[in-house]
Amino acid sequence: MTVTSTPPAAAVPAKRKRPISDWWNNLPRVQQWLVLVPLVALIYLLPVLNPPIISTQPGYDFPIAMFEVSRYALVAIGLNIVVGQAGLLDLGYVGFFAVGAYVMALFTSPDSTLHKLPFLVVLPIAMVVTMIFGVILGTPTLRLRGDYLAIVTLGFGEIVRLLADNVDPLRGNRGFQSVGHPPGTNADGTPLFNNSDGTPWYWLCVTLIILVLFLVGNLERSRVGRAWVAIRDDEDAAEIMGLPTYKFKIWAFVSGAAVGGLSGALYAGQLGFVNNQKFDVVTSMLFLAAVILGGAGNKVGVLLGAIVVAYIPLRFQAIAEYKYLIFGLALIILMIFRPQGLLGARQRLLTYGRQAYQRLLGRGEQVSSDGSLASDTPGEKA
Amino acid sequence: MQRARLTKIFVLAAAGAISLSACAARTDSGSGGSDSSAPQAAAPSAAADAADPAGDGKAQCSPTSIAYAGTINGANAALGINILNGAKLAVDQHNKANPGCQVKLEQFDTEGTPDKAPGIVTQIVNTPGIIGVVGLPFSGESKAAGNIFNSAGLVTVTPSATAPALSTNGWKTFFRGLGNDNSQGPAAAKFMTGELGAKKVCVIEDDSEYGTGLAATTKQGLGSALACEDKVKTKQTDFSAVVNKVKAAAPDAVFYSGYYQEAAPFAQQLNDAGVTAKFVGPDGVKDDEFVKGAGDAAANAYFTCPCVPADQFTKFTDAYKAATGKDPGTYSPEAYDLATILLKGIDSGKTTRPALLDFVKTYDGQGLTKHFKWDDKGELASTTVWTYKVENGKIVRNTEIK
Amino acid sequence: MSMTHDLSSLVLAQGDSWITFDVGAFVENFWANTIDGLAYGSIYALVALGYTLVYGVLKLINFAHSEVFIYGAYAVWFTFFGLGFRPGATAQLPVLEVIGFLLLALLAAMAVSGGTAVLLERVAYRPLRKRGAPKLVFLITAIGASFVLQQILFIWRGGNAEQGIRLLRNEPLFKIFGADVTNVTIITIVASVVLMLAVNAFVNRTKFGRGIRAVAQDPDTATLMGVNKERVITLTFLIGGLLAGAAALFYMMKIPQGASYQGGFILGIKAFTAAVLGGIGNLRGALLGGLLLGVAENYGQSLFGGEWRDVVAFVLLVLILMVRPTGILGESLGKARV
Repeated sequence: MTVTSTPPAAAVPAKRKRPISDWWNNLPRVQQWLVLVPLVALIYLLPVLNPPIISTQPGYDFPIAMFEVSRYALVAIGLNIVVGQAGLLDLGYVGFFAVGAYVMALFTSPDSTLHKLPFLVVLPIAMVVTMIFGVILGTPTLRLRGDYLAIVTLGFGEIVRLLADNVDPLRGNRGFQSVGHPPGTNADGTPLFNNSDGTPWYWLCVTLIILVLFLVGNLERSRVGRAWVAIRDDEDAAEIMGLPTYKFKIWAFVSGAAVGGLSGALYAGQLGFVNNQKFDVVTSMLFLAAVILGGAGNKVGVLLGAIVVAYIPLRFQAIAEYKYLIFGLALIILMIFRPQGLLGARQRLLTYGRQAYQRLLGRGEQVSSDGSLASDTPGEKA
Repeated sequence: MQRARLTKIFVLAAAGAISLSACAARTDSGSGGSDSSAPQAAAPSAAADAADPAGDGKAQCSPTSIAYAGTINGANAALGINILNGAKLAVDQHNKANPGCQVKLEQFDTEGTPDKAPGIVTQIVNTPGIIGVVGLPFSGESKAAGNIFNSAGLVTVTPSATAPALSTNGWKTFFRGLGNDNSQGPAAAKFMTGELGAKKVCVIEDDSEYGTGLAATTKQGLGSALACEDKVKTKQTDFSAVVNKVKAAAPDAVFYSGYYQEAAPFAQQLNDAGVTAKFVGPDGVKDDEFVKGAGDAAANAYFTCPCVPADQFTKFTDAYKAATGKDPGTYSPEAYDLATILLKGIDSGKTTRPALLDFVKTYDGQGLTKHFKWDDKGELASTTVWTYKVENGKIVRNTEIK
Repeated sequence: MSMTHDLSSLVLAQGDSWITFDVGAFVENFWANTIDGLAYGSIYALVALGYTLVYGVLKLINFAHSEVFIYGAYAVWFTFFGLGFRPGATAQLPVLEVIGFLLLALLAAMAVSGGTAVLLERVAYRPLRKRGAPKLVFLITAIGASFVLQQILFIWRGGNAEQGIRLLRNEPLFKIFGADVTNVTIITIVASVVLMLAVNAFVNRTKFGRGIRAVAQDPDTATLMGVNKERVITLTFLIGGLLAGAAALFYMMKIPQGASYQGGFILGIKAFTAAVLGGIGNLRGALLGGLLLGVAENYGQSLFGGEWRDVVAFVLLVLILMVRPTGILGESLGKARV
């Protein structure tokens, strides 16, 4: 029992009106698609449109800013599997991100002594290697609970960064130049994917996000996803019900790691340069901030969270001295006013949920709780 | 770098400046002798006719911009701000003297990390008004974004990125305003084993590219004189284990290959532990911040630097202090010099990117810190490494390493 | 074929090995490293107490505690500066004067750190508690508050560390097994242990301490029993802040250049690691964890080389948690009794 579990009813009403989400949830799938397609098209067009107020210029190139935002979004989706779905507090997610980036650099950069492979071949390799790291980290640590897990993962993230520094072939601060990129050339023969044009990278990243969202969505509705939610909500109960919690926690770690590795590899490709500088605890915290801010456990929420976390410093790039002050204040204020995250996690039936709700209630979906990750207050979710 | 010292040095320098060759000869005889009694070499007088950003005051040009790209709020922000202030001073002096030619200095914060640099640099090259760039300060970010400047044909002059590899990328727009690590490392080794007479030297490096690169060339130069080596991390403040290791090795000199932020506590902790070896630092350590920060240990410190002594910069030092309230820091004079070169180009009517690039490529002139003339790779044609020491709490010129 | 060859060449790293074991140096400097490690470790321990107390009561990792610490370091620096001392050579002062000035700096640091901690609780955490926010949300406001506190220092004082000022030279007093023990080391270790005993006594023997333990055990029942929970929480943050302020003075005596806007971060992470090592929520665990971490870091550095310091610290943490999943002494604040 913790202090945070004292009655929150006044502040977070269990059945607050959510007209937009109700409307959305009650739409048939087809109509949902009809709304989604133009929205997705608009998202794809953003870097080309460069809308005036949203634009990060003149401080920062807008298409590249959009790529960074989308990269954060991909990271947030991956971390959301671990933190939001399975309820495992991971402060070292940047470690997986770093592994992905380094695998990409090692197999494509001329600074590496390894055999060179094309970008698109290395991308899945990066994911597999990161998944192996997920198992390596998860096996010993996932028996720990709560905050002990948090500090161990933080330590793991730091160890990865420090190894990149200390282990000579990983070149520490010197880094790897000319990291590979996907094939394709512009009309004038220059590579289509280069580090000064964010648009192709953004499109690639958004496409991958959509793919990952599909996969993760299906995973969520599967046996694995239900097991994660059970672990998140009450690990002891899940274990007593015969759920092999340890196994499913490792699965969560590995799935999350794969997405982290993917985004790390993309990051390395877009930048064209990898050294050990940006894989620190602060970056890890920012990843976590994206998830919590958006609403852990809610895929759309964490996308919004990632947009806030990645976008605010870039938007205020032109006033360099104050941008992190603004960012810090924004984090505090947003959390005080939306403690459940921008979009909270939803408690709902997962498998055949749509049909079940239709039959029981006559409408698409019942949202029963706003509280994201209120795992220490299981009684209030009924 | 205060006035009292400067006037004192000025008298010395004026005497020595009569003949540069004489000074060189004296240095040679001095090297290998006993440490502190080595004669102080005179600063070259040539710095007196250094390029002045004010020019003749008659320059005419349409309003145009140059940019500073580097860390403002991020890792090692202090170094970035030294550079920014140096460049800003040059631009302000130029604009004040030349009402007919107003140049704007745009500022871009890369936070000193490679992941922000491409976005910033792309923004810079896509801003048509910017025709020259002072930066990028660090080697990592330069590696990540240098190709973007190159493909846009936008000239960049870096006051501080010293990784030798940077000039081997074939970038046509990269110009380095100081010697790279390959020139300083061997010189530092020579200084320690020669002039300081050290038989045993410990080399401690940080984890920056600058620190590791410089340490490698220094260790190579030291050969068998290398008694012990160790590594520390940027932002580390407690060095007790390294200090104990150095103490056990009992060296005659300790070379710290890194920046002053870590060097100051490290030197002090060495001193506290009773290590009496000479403390030698490179240009990243040669800063008033080190001298004041290291307390009692500073008196025992020497520096090597690929920069000509700033003795005759009274005008620059005073103006800098008036503008910022602080003494010029590491790389401030370099940034001032490099910005001045860009301004000279603009004054002479080179207000397009290709024209300014061409101007810098063929530039041949004296600056405050050194003579600027680049080879086809963007390295200075001739670099000199000077040594400095601390006297009465001030960094003063020692000798030139030949 | 070439893949396996490449991978083995990666592991075997261009001839030289990137990690070496220097047993000779380890043995030679064993006692010097032990003593220095204990001194630095007691600074870790004092900061760790702040993490542990707050965690014990709120089950909250107060990530902004490192900023509470660094504000104390700035208070020390400004006290010295205000007394008319300037960076440079250490002043030669009569002993009584040094003691007086150091005590003054201690008070200033404790006041500033304690005040910062309480303010932090009021602004960043209390509104969330009132709204019954989930636990993780506190982590994010802590990160936000950490940014804000750092950036205030950055905007105000700039990116450079304050140039070191100190009133007391770090001079050897006597030797243990051939290793110097300096005055600063003795002051740090003795004062830290005394402070920790005092906190232990406070928590275990006073009425306020009983309130803290009651809230740590069961906040709802404690409230029903008439404990003012909000006041207990404020008190907990205050004690944590006071201890961080004391740690800041010892830190600045050892490392006068320590006041920089990001200077608390790494130390904060280490102190938190120390708290977890000993068993988070456990007062004596924080002491044990801090000392152990300080010593282990120094041993690791002399054995493997300076760059392995942090790796050693985190590997140690993982190993110990494998064997003792709740830390070495692993009990909660509520259960801690003398």
